[in-house]
Amino acid sequence: MNAIGWLNLKSLNQEGIVFAIAVVLFVAAAIGLPGFIDPNNLVAIVRSVSVLGILALGMAVVIIGRGIDLSAVAIMAMSVAWYLQLLNTGTSDGLAFAYVLAGVLAIGLLNGFLVAYADVPAIFVTLATGSFVFGYVRSQLITQDAVPVPQGHWVELLGGLRFLDIPIEVFVFAGLAFLFFLFLRYTKWGRYIYFAGDNPVAARNIGIPVRPMLVLRYVLSAFVALIAGLLTAASLHSINTRVVNSTLLYDIVLVAVIGGIGLSGGRGGVRNVLVGAALIGILLNAMTIIDIPLLYQNLIKAAILLGAIIVDGIINPRDEQTAQQGDI
Amino acid sequence: MSFRERLQSWRYNLVPDHLVGEILTKRWTDNAIPFLALVVTLATFGSIIPGFFKLNALQESTRQLGEFSMVVTGMTVVMLGGGIDLSVGSIFALSCFSAVYVFFILEQSIWLALAASLATGLVFGAINGYLVGYLRLRAFLTTLVTFIFGRALFDILVTTYAADVQLSQATSDVLDFIGDSTFWGLSVSVWLAIILAIVTHIALTRSRPGWHVLAVGGSRRSAHNAGIRVRRTVFMTYVFSGFCASIGGFLIACRLSGAGPGTGLNLEIMALTAAVVGGVSLGGGRGSVIKGLMGAIIVLTMTNGLIRLGYGTGTNQMVLGIMLAVAVTIDIRWLKNRHKVLNEVYVAPVYLKMGETQSAVPGSGTPYELDNRLSEADHIGLGELEGPEDVILDRDDNLYCGTRHGEIVRFFAPDYVRSEVFAHIGGFPLGLAFDKTGNLISCVGAMGLYSVSPQREVKRLSAETSRSWTSIVDDARLRDPNDCDIAPDGRIYFTDSTKRYDAHDWALDSIENRATGRLLVYDPKDGSTKTLLDGYRYTNGVCMAHDGKSLFFAESWACRVHRYWLEGPKAGTAECVIRDMPGYPDNINRASDGNYWMAWLGMRTPSFDLSLRHPDMRKRMTRRLPQDEWLFPNINTGGVVKFNEKGGIVEAMGDLSGGAHPMVTSMREHKGFLFVGGILNNRIGRYRISGADPNWTSPASYWGATP
Repeated sequence: MNAIGWLNLKSLNQEGIVFAIAVVLFVAAAIGLPGFIDPNNLVAIVRSVSVLGILALGMAVVIIGRGIDLSAVAIMAMSVAWYLQLLNTGTSDGLAFAYVLAGVLAIGLLNGFLVAYADVPAIFVTLATGSFVFGYVRSQLITQDAVPVPQGHWVELLGGLRFLDIPIEVFVFAGLAFLFFLFLRYTKWGRYIYFAGDNPVAARNIGIPVRPMLVLRYVLSAFVALIAGLLTAASLHSINTRVVNSTLLYDIVLVAVIGGIGLSGGRGGVRNVLVGAALIGILLNAMTIIDIPLLYQNLIKAAILLGAIIVDGIINPRDEQTAQQGDI
Repeated sequence: MSFRERLQSWRYNLVPDHLVGEILTKRWTDNAIPFLALVVTLATFGSIIPGFFKLNALQESTRQLGEFSMVVTGMTVVMLGGGIDLSVGSIFALSCFSAVYVFFILEQSIWLALAASLATGLVFGAINGYLVGYLRLRAFLTTLVTFIFGRALFDILVTTYAADVQLSQATSDVLDFIGDSTFWGLSVSVWLAIILAIVTHIALTRSRPGWHVLAVGGSRRSAHNAGIRVRRTVFMTYVFSGFCASIGGFLIACRLSGAGPGTGLNLEIMALTAAVVGGVSLGGGRGSVIKGLMGAIIVLTMTNGLIRLGYGTGTNQMVLGIMLAVAVTIDIRWLKNRHKVLNEVYVAPVYLKMGETQSAVPGSGTPYELDNRLSEADHIGLGELEGPEDVILDRDDNLYCGTRHGEIVRFFAPDYVRSEVFAHIGGFPLGLAFDKTGNLISCVGAMGLYSVSPQREVKRLSAETSRSWTSIVDDARLRDPNDCDIAPDGRIYFTDSTKRYDAHDWALDSIENRATGRLLVYDPKDGSTKTLLDGYRYTNGVCMAHDGKSLFFAESWACRVHRYWLEGPKAGTAECVIRDMPGYPDNINRASDGNYWMAWLGMRTPSFDLSLRHPDMRKRMTRRLPQDEWLFPNINTGGVVKFNEKGGIVEAMGDLSGGAHPMVTSMREHKGFLFVGGILNNRIGRYRISGADPNWTSPASYWGATP
């Protein structure tokens, strides 16, 4: 722990660095960019990252347990698209919502089952189910790329809801973050996630139900994706399924990884998600104010993600002795 | 035979259960599933899409296939090395753009465009390789990020230069030829893909760098320990993948004369699915270029077919997702459980009702009645020897035996205290015989028939016979050569006990009880080996009759001795001379009084005889019980039996105390003594035979008094 010598490790960890960068960026933007420090803009920043942050919470739980969920965005967009499509074609609200809940649950269970019981690597499972969910819903259940929210539906009303002039999704994000914090820190199942992520074999040996907990994480991630999807639809009054093919998925991973949640599992928490979300939110907002085209924004985000992964690889090096064959 | 037993015998003797296990031992079963999928896919789409196999349609699909299969070849190599490359779509698109840019905008020659394309791919691949190979980042996420990066770059470039490309006047015959023409009926891209596949296949299977890739993929740590430069090897796989993708990109640039936002879209998941569906294992080490190509054809046929059938947006992703999930799951489960399945199904017992036998119990009054004479034997090499299966003496009275360690040990006459390793062969030397010129011939378990000259030169005589037409496991190989003897004309007759198990798994063979033992002959004149008889239950000892016109051989698990005629009216046929013995016969050798000695390696028990009539029970036993709780032949008691030329039993002797010679696998008479060996024993016994000819020796009996 004292190997660093002239600095103790606490001030060197990734979360601290990222937080410092976020603060520096914030100050720089506040000084350099007109209109950045404006309260409305600040609310916009928080709002812009709240959906991303919610998705990142689900992703964080999965990553801490040494997995990854590449199907999150597909579940988010396609479940809500199907829900709205059902509503638009006259299915009753309760029944439609029940269908969608069942569908989301099924995909979460499928992910979890294949990862936990069939021992298939999470990245392949979720890549495949993500592709399947998008393809199936797009080709079989809905008719066009974007599905609008029906007039006067509660999802539309949700989008208009304000509290203290702050949009409702910010509160949802805060509430979920607090719940996840309690879950990860103070519940038995939450602690299990860390044990299983740190050393799955040891966790299994001491009697933790590793496989059921794995399934739980993917189901949790799927439901979080549904909530994020509903909020997206609420603020945009429709859901555009093309978002699945956008870089949103990588933004989620970016938020989690850049916040300091190691991809090798067992490390990090809700605070890391918040820090990561803050940095990305400030960055995106600043880039938008500077008027960088979206394509270049993608390039910059990709470069940052690459840097984050390299730093992650250096800070959390893969242990060659314990790395499993086929752990790619 | 009761009705139940008749049913059992039909069920287990007529249904070839054992073939399932034998097929599963084949490496090609790995290819069977993807190949079947390929056939089914082609047949399905060929039948529901009219004109699917028409030449024009095929031409267009194969052009696409050429480009795609190149990308898949690159992906296959990366996956064989234990990695994954998701950035192939981006490399493909960027290479395509490079070619387009150089050719249409800079208006340079097509060859310069090709060079630009390749350079793009190599540089991009090198970046991936550096990050994954040298920095040891996670392949999946890293290439995912470089994929986004490359895609973002491509999108920017394409939107910036799209109009310029449209307005360009550049043309080239070469470009048109590559893009549109055919050469001997196939398009350039298909030719290139075939050449690339062949070169890659040869490199992977027959060159040092290729082996390194497979070794790293198979076990990274072992490869490192073996001195392979793991990081550089991984690096090179990504560079190769970039190279492959860039050729694909160049070809599509030629075909479409431009680059669009759709170029290379979803290519990574298609290539990944193709490789996995074809049977290239995640995590590396297993797979081949051919498998990748099969997967490429399946995926492309499927996606193109669905588009032509008019299914809407998203269908492709749905089908790719299903195919990927199913293929990955099958791959993982298959890898994990293959050996378990094999263990489960390989042992396929058959039904056998053993005949009634006479008792061997002391005092029972039968010819087989055992006594305690062998317990009086002196011991030779006690505690020094492990597993003297067979023993033999030369003209100078020296004693030879094989050991578990693959050696032939010689004990020196007259007291047999001093010993030396006569020769090291390996395997497990079993049956021994001296030929006319004093060469020691040995059946070496798990290896073959060997000869050791008096100067100790070891020479392999035979390790295989001709393969039978209906075999599934390779029955040309000798798995368990057991005993041999030499005819007056110098031909060596020997047995190979089983085709289905290795020598050390003899217990499994006894439980299965399938008749796969053979009698073979090796002809020293032309070095050929022929199979004479097949289909015996564990052929074992062989002994030339005193007149040299026939030979006896033992069939252990059936407790029978057969006579095979070399000359005379029955030449080439075998007849059973002793049946339904109470013991399992092993080696047979000549006795001085014109009779024959036969070893019993164990005794029949009513319980095991009963279990032979219940193949279902034995099958369950091998699956559910640990090996040390299996019921198999009793080898705690054996003996030595003397029989005459007609198969009549003369006498039997044993070691009832079990202290010195509980099981006997061979015995050799020499100058009035009987030398006794046992495959699980730690000594050779020497027993004085009362009334035996004190001058009789085996070499003299075979080859005359003087050499």
